[in-house]
Amino acid sequence: MSKQEILINISGVNRVYYDTTGKATIALQDVNLDIRKGEFITFIGPSGCGKTTLLRLIAGLDTPQSGIVSIEGQPVEKPGFERGFVFQQAALFPWKTVEDNIAIGLKARNVYKEKKQNIKDYIDLIGLTGFEKAYPHEISGGMAQRVAIARALINEPKVLLLDEPLGALDAFTRIELQNTIRDIWKRTGITIVLVTHDVDEAIFLSDRIAIMTARPGRISEVIPVNLKSERDRNDDDFIILRRKVLEKLELAGKHWSSRLIDPLELPNISGVGEAI
Amino acid sequence: MFQFYFHMSKIKKKGPVTGFTAYWKPQSGLWYLVAVISVLVTLVVDVFVPDSQSVNTLPYQIFLGIFIAILIVLWIISIKVKTLRKILYHQAQFIFAVGFVLSVWDILTTKSNILQLPFFPGPAQIISVIVSERETFLISSYYSLRLFSIGLILGTILGIGTGILIGWYRQWYYWLFPVIKIIGIIPPIAWIPIAVVVFPNSFIAGLFLIVIASLFPVAFMVSVGIASTPRVYYEAARTLGANERFLLTHVAIPNAVPDIFTGLTTATGFSFLTLIVSEMIGAKAGLGWYINWAKTWSAYDKVYASIVIMALVFSIILTVLNSTKNYVLRWKKGISK
Repeated sequence: MSKQEILINISGVNRVYYDTTGKATIALQDVNLDIRKGEFITFIGPSGCGKTTLLRLIAGLDTPQSGIVSIEGQPVEKPGFERGFVFQQAALFPWKTVEDNIAIGLKARNVYKEKKQNIKDYIDLIGLTGFEKAYPHEISGGMAQRVAIARALINEPKVLLLDEPLGALDAFTRIELQNTIRDIWKRTGITIVLVTHDVDEAIFLSDRIAIMTARPGRISEVIPVNLKSERDRNDDDFIILRRKVLEKLELAGKHWSSRLIDPLELPNISGVGEAI
Repeated sequence: MFQFYFHMSKIKKKGPVTGFTAYWKPQSGLWYLVAVISVLVTLVVDVFVPDSQSVNTLPYQIFLGIFIAILIVLWIISIKVKTLRKILYHQAQFIFAVGFVLSVWDILTTKSNILQLPFFPGPAQIISVIVSERETFLISSYYSLRLFSIGLILGTILGIGTGILIGWYRQWYYWLFPVIKIIGIIPPIAWIPIAVVVFPNSFIAGLFLIVIASLFPVAFMVSVGIASTPRVYYEAARTLGANERFLLTHVAIPNAVPDIFTGLTTATGFSFLTLIVSEMIGAKAGLGWYINWAKTWSAYDKVYASIVIMALVFSIILTVLNSTKNYVLRWKKGISK
């Protein structure tokens, strides 16, 4: 495993937010992680643990105060199409049809003419054939997320960043889409980074699960998912791993409450004292 | 969505409405029959009740005859076209009322002379004036429409341009937005005395006023529309490879299109007003000029006739604008009503 090529390197990343009164919240503190090419890694943790912030740093939608995020050795400075992003709310352009939403990446990169025949393939890939001309308000939330995934994939990104894309969906749609995402990952071999708070989703989809703790946000542990390729949510190994992840998350929660009691333990970053 | 459902459930409890549709009046052929009869009675009244004013009632009778013929033809077409039938039956009560009001009006004026000429002409008199003065009305409408459409198109283009600059670039926002806000609230007709002095002829002066009347509402709404673009749309576009220019042309401007139409509707209303007032004051042609001219001759039938023409012309313009809006904003159907 370790021989595998590193795609994304996150080292010594800190991100602090200040509110209008100047109060600081440490979203991320000294985060280090290597993401390998072709792997499916999930960030999981309680709300406020900075998992979305970390994902946005990889996307270039946010920048760290210190530390570096790099992809194939190049530091990330701004968003780019080689890092596809899927938002929690699909964020489709409501004035464009399904087809045109998927095409927008091609247009933005000025490769629409050469690559427009790919649009059909990606509509097939996500299983929305027949809905090409539908507007976003005419399709369901699950379908909208499928479009959002296709819209990112058509740019053939090096990594697909998924920010709780299934969080707002009902249980059935969620399972359906988990299958689709796993299928897409297997078929395309793309690197995927997922943010979620759903343990089953994390185990079902990932090669590795990064457990994060809150306040300050950091990665407390990275758990490998050593399950067979055809995953079964009722498999014994699956259930054992679920218990393990839940225990770690609980520990992470306790870790966080102990930090609340002892502010002296906090590291020395400006403004941190006021945060707690 | 929830509110909509709540609204529906309330309606269901109250009355006989079974669904929330556009055509909710009783779908009864009887009402339509009553409507046709009411227009027919209007015609019969005008033909058989003796006049007490000297009015050429023939155009009015022909008008009513055509009205009845259209109602019957539409009904025959609606045997095949079900949606048309729904619309016709929905409108039946209103058509009945139109017939009724015309009859009463005819009786009070032409038939009994209770309301006297020249200030209160009857429907027959107004229709007769429209027919006999049709050339003047056509020419006046042409002049008004020419001034109106050139002014509105110019004002809208300038307004969209200004709105984009203000909504997108903060320097432009800083310098121009206060100007738009302060000058924009001045009623355009307040500029008439200045326009008349500054511009070489009344056409250009009128043009200036209509441009002012349309530019500000459009510019304001466009800038608001661009500034209110959800951040996630920009972020999505940037992760898809968009540069700044693409964000403006493919995200911010499309997002502002509904607001452009809101601005344009306001602009159209302002422009009607400005058009007529500026024509009344400074012009030598157009419907506004004609109304004023007719007034000085105490030809009130012509004044009413021009009002009828205006209502007709402006309604057509607004209908065209509305259908364009509905077509362009078809992606919005269901989101807002």
